[in-house]
Amino acid sequence: MKEELTKLVIQTAKDLGEEAIDNCDDFSAETRLFGDDGLLDSMGLVSLVIAVEQSIEDEYGQVVALADEKALSQSNSPYRTVATLVDYAHSQMPAGD
Amino acid sequence: MNEPVTVITGTRKGIGRFLAQHYVAAGHRVIGCSRSENDYEDERYEHHCLDVADERAVKDLFRHIRKTHGGVTHLLNNAGIASMNHSLLTPASTVSKLLSTNVLGCFVFCREAAKLMRGKKYGRIVNFSTVAVPYKLEGEAVYVASKAAVEGLTNVLSREFGEFGVTVNTVAPVPIETDLIRAVPEDKIRALIDRQSVKRLGSFEDVANVTDFFLQPESEMVNGQHIYLGGA
Repeated sequence: MKEELTKLVIQTAKDLGEEAIDNCDDFSAETRLFGDDGLLDSMGLVSLVIAVEQSIEDEYGQVVALADEKALSQSNSPYRTVATLVDYAHSQMPAGD
Repeated sequence: MNEPVTVITGTRKGIGRFLAQHYVAAGHRVIGCSRSENDYEDERYEHHCLDVADERAVKDLFRHIRKTHGGVTHLLNNAGIASMNHSLLTPASTVSKLLSTNVLGCFVFCREAAKLMRGKKYGRIVNFSTVAVPYKLEGEAVYVASKAAVEGLTNVLSREFGEFGVTVNTVAPVPIETDLIRAVPEDKIRALIDRQSVKRLGSFEDVANVTDFFLQPESEMVNGQHIYLGGA
């Protein structure tokens, strides 16, 4: 499931048209998205979060909120890398662990 | 531009109903909602029963709009409730209900619409205030507070959304013959009209004239503005 989600997040991110992502040679699960050395600025992150929410809705028919208070207040931000975002999305899905 | 998709809240009656018919006649695909069923039918109109403050229901509505219509061009946040009573006689439950529909509902619709508009880098949002805000009308403390909050939301959202081509403005009608003011005594309405520089009741057409202006593509430089009818 997480593997599928990782592919979905990576594809969604690539479809965004964000220059920083387009110019990233090796965009993978370990790529830093936001924060120190992150590819995205705050509006880029907003775009990605919205797009991933929509992709999950389309792919799995599940409505998830990836920007709720929990995510914003977590000391280890779920937006650090693709992998942390995938973990967080997975935890928010009703069928997730 | 393809057929514009226009979402209007509170379309069962009054201004919302008029605007739904007005924009259907103008060739828009109109998606309306209200808490209960609507008797207005047209092939260009679809109705959804929901409470605008029900976040989940609103998210579901926009998911449906995204899948069925591919996006949203305009949002008219017309749904609102009023309470006219001295503040000393206003229970907290009334405050909660008003803020929920008028502020929370408006916010959630703006947020969900803007998510879709963002992808197309184009959108027009019109929120609804009231001249009771600048007139500081006695007996409408909570209603005025809720609409002042809507104006505040408009101010900030216009800046947040402006960068991706979405404008957010407010129209503030004067009293119109709707259910909202039917319970207000005649002398109170007269006193209010006397404060206006244009001394008559408003009409639905007066409101549509302003929303038409805000919605037109040429109004891209009109953002974060509040238009008060009647010269308030």
